[in-house]
Amino acid sequence: MEYHLKLPVGRDDIKKLHVGDVIYITGKIFTARDEAHQIMLEKDKIPFAPSEMALFHCGPLMKKEKGKWSAISAGPTTSSRMDIFEDKFIEKFGINIIIGKGGMGERTEKALKKYNAIYTSYTGGAGTLAADKIEDVLGVYWLEDFGMPEAVWIFKVKEFGPLVVALDSHGESIYKKLKNKVK
Amino acid sequence: MDSKNIEQGIVELIRKAECELPIDVIRALKSAYKIEKGVAKTQIEAILKNVDIAKKTRRPMCQDTGIQTFFVVIGVDFPYIQRLEDLILNSVKKATIEIPLRPNTVDPFTGKNHEDNIGDHIPYITWNFCEGSEVYITVLPKGGGSENMSKLGMLKPGVGIEGVKNFVVEEMIKAGGNPCPPTVVGVGIGGGADLALKLGKISLLRPVGVRHKDKTIAKIEAELIKRINDSGIGPMGLGGKTTVLDVHIEKAHRHPASLPVGISVQCWADRRAHMVIHDDCSWEVK
Repeated sequence: MEYHLKLPVGRDDIKKLHVGDVIYITGKIFTARDEAHQIMLEKDKIPFAPSEMALFHCGPLMKKEKGKWSAISAGPTTSSRMDIFEDKFIEKFGINIIIGKGGMGERTEKALKKYNAIYTSYTGGAGTLAADKIEDVLGVYWLEDFGMPEAVWIFKVKEFGPLVVALDSHGESIYKKLKNKVK
Repeated sequence: MDSKNIEQGIVELIRKAECELPIDVIRALKSAYKIEKGVAKTQIEAILKNVDIAKKTRRPMCQDTGIQTFFVVIGVDFPYIQRLEDLILNSVKKATIEIPLRPNTVDPFTGKNHEDNIGDHIPYITWNFCEGSEVYITVLPKGGGSENMSKLGMLKPGVGIEGVKNFVVEEMIKAGGNPCPPTVVGVGIGGGADLALKLGKISLLRPVGVRHKDKTIAKIEAELIKRINDSGIGPMGLGGKTTVLDVHIEKAHRHPASLPVGISVQCWADRRAHMVIHDDCSWEVK
């Protein structure tokens, strides 16, 4: 099935999604890689509202012209690196849509089920296609500390996708189904 | 014309690699599109759309513009032989701003990003020499996600070539969707540990679809392509027929006690570009 969703999405919207579904999202998303996950888990106060947004595992290529940032290329990064943080991250910030590539491990799978969230796969390397769906760059945090790829970028996106639901809130995994077949 | 002209040439070389996927790779992706169905087809479709946008808008096709990896064959009579390394470094700095490239050089101790894609031993340049006064450069921007799936196996010689084949297939199945399949897999067999990995990377310079000139090795390449694709991992590890676009093997002689196997994985964005620089500083990017 294909769905076009406006963020933030509610519990019922997440529940109706199953592995193999394709979604396109419109709203706000924020990027976070290893270092951003770590600092956001450490801080008591975050300068933006993650719970309204989807989490995007991405280290974008950005350009600043006349004081304004724009995304040049912004595909997903390998999600498995964030596996050690993600369960706590979902719990702390109430994230219910994660966008990445390559899949995530047991800990995240359990958290997705427990907190009613999904992990979606965006086509790795499709950086310009993704950047074209970014309408605006709403902010950037920790740029000085971490540099361009590791900073948190807030994007306003329109019809961002195709995102394949790879881990759903019912405990199903597209990767596990495949692994069983490979064996 | 002076050597400044060479700098601009190398910037254009990097731009071509980052923004234009080689035709052999596009051809292989188009063949994959024809045979895939469902989710797998959506992935190849997104890749092909992305490749098209990147070429038309002259933007890097992937946000991970990689570590700039150069293979240089330098004619010993090239008049600017002593300046070439500096020219390459300056070009990478310029390209980082002009194209632009993502700053991808981080100090492993301080965690600081050097911002200009220059750092200790980076860009990574392999020098070779030839007769004459021209320079041939190939650039291979190497992304982190695929590089993380590199593997070195110091196998026991007793396992033989069957053991080598099994090692490659098992490692690529383990890698799953992480290296952004469909990938190109470079396998270096023999030498010492470093040489095996280096040969794996060098084999990636060969165009997709071109078999090794040694028939026995060519046959093994074909067998590995089939076995890895039969795994069903598919584009982005979401299931499908195309897990690899190609497998390339290069070999060196080995020590009697060792059977090193180096695997270097390249994502579908198998970015490469070549140039020649003439002794009057003019150049062509191909």
